[in-house]
Amino acid sequence: MSPDSAPAAQEPDIPAVHVQPPGLLALFLAFARMSLAGFGGVLVFARRAIVEQHRWMTADEFNETFALCHFLPGPNIVNLSMVFGARLRGIAGGIAAFAGLLLPPTLIMTVLAVIYARFGNVEVLSRILAGISCAAVGLLIAVVFRMMTPLLKRMEPIALLLMLGVFLAIGVARLPLQAVLLVAIPVSIGATFLLRRKVAA
Amino acid sequence: MNTENPLWALISTFGLMSLFAVGGAAAAVPEMHRIAVDVHHWMTDKQFADAYAIAQLSPGPNVLIVTLIGYAVAGIPGALAATLAMCLPTALVAYYVSRLLNRPSQSRWPALIQAALVPLSIGLMAASALILAQSTDRTIAAVLLTAVVAVIASVSRINPLWLLLAGGLLGFAGIV
Repeated sequence: MSPDSAPAAQEPDIPAVHVQPPGLLALFLAFARMSLAGFGGVLVFARRAIVEQHRWMTADEFNETFALCHFLPGPNIVNLSMVFGARLRGIAGGIAAFAGLLLPPTLIMTVLAVIYARFGNVEVLSRILAGISCAAVGLLIAVVFRMMTPLLKRMEPIALLLMLGVFLAIGVARLPLQAVLLVAIPVSIGATFLLRRKVAA
Repeated sequence: MNTENPLWALISTFGLMSLFAVGGAAAAVPEMHRIAVDVHHWMTDKQFADAYAIAQLSPGPNVLIVTLIGYAVAGIPGALAATLAMCLPTALVAYYVSRLLNRPSQSRWPALIQAALVPLSIGLMAASALILAQSTDRTIAAVLLTAVVAVIASVSRINPLWLLLAGGLLGFAGIV
């Protein structure tokens, strides 16, 4: 927990005053730019643009907004664009940010899909993609590992068991996601609730 | 899939999936694979792995792998329908929930639920990695490449794009 008196220690130069809310076009363009910069994830660029470059939010406000979007279902950064845009300019602002985030990369992706449909069986392209796939899986494993470290450090047996259970149910047994989550979510919430009560007592 | 409109199948599939996609796009990959490859036979295993690679290599949110799946099913309308179905419903949910929670409350439930979801979403992402590895890593060289990238990306702060390009080069050279 950070002390209340120290907002954003690493950015002392950025004041917590809000500049005038941006226009819809400015929102659209800002999100389009961060989306097109975001190879392998947009979050880093989103934070840089919103907090440091445009100063549309303080670091704390950004963290709160992102935490909310992380806890809701769906693609986090897409949720963030809608919530963020709506906080500044109402629902129209939300739609402008949402469209800015998604429209340019969707068009690029559609062009790539057309190219793949036509040339996907060309041997060279197929070899290159196979190599990229292997590297991409390695990147995913690294992300999983990084996210897992705090869990491993705290050694919470129930959390580790739940993690392993979901991994086996989805990855090995290939059960449907909805069914697994309908069981796992209540169990995990119940276990966390009981654990915290025991710690507090 | 003879009589059913493919666009509607895409919209209902991804619209429903997004509402259960706790932990973001990477956590939804196993379900996308199950639906697209095993249930509907929209793509082969290899096409799915290729789509994942293209989505990683392109700019924008990684969830846009659904654009490629949608295109494979129903062309450009399919690409747009799948993207919107995956992104819009949850964005609207997020909008309404954020309005409800606009004032910080004293309740500890949001934090508790968030903590409870963390191990589940990590387990889901680990399952994604396993399923993708099973379709991409068919040779020893491929397994090695995946393992080396995993280690390098775990211990360094190198831009992931370089590792993806290195994988592409090794593929081009016919090594993996």
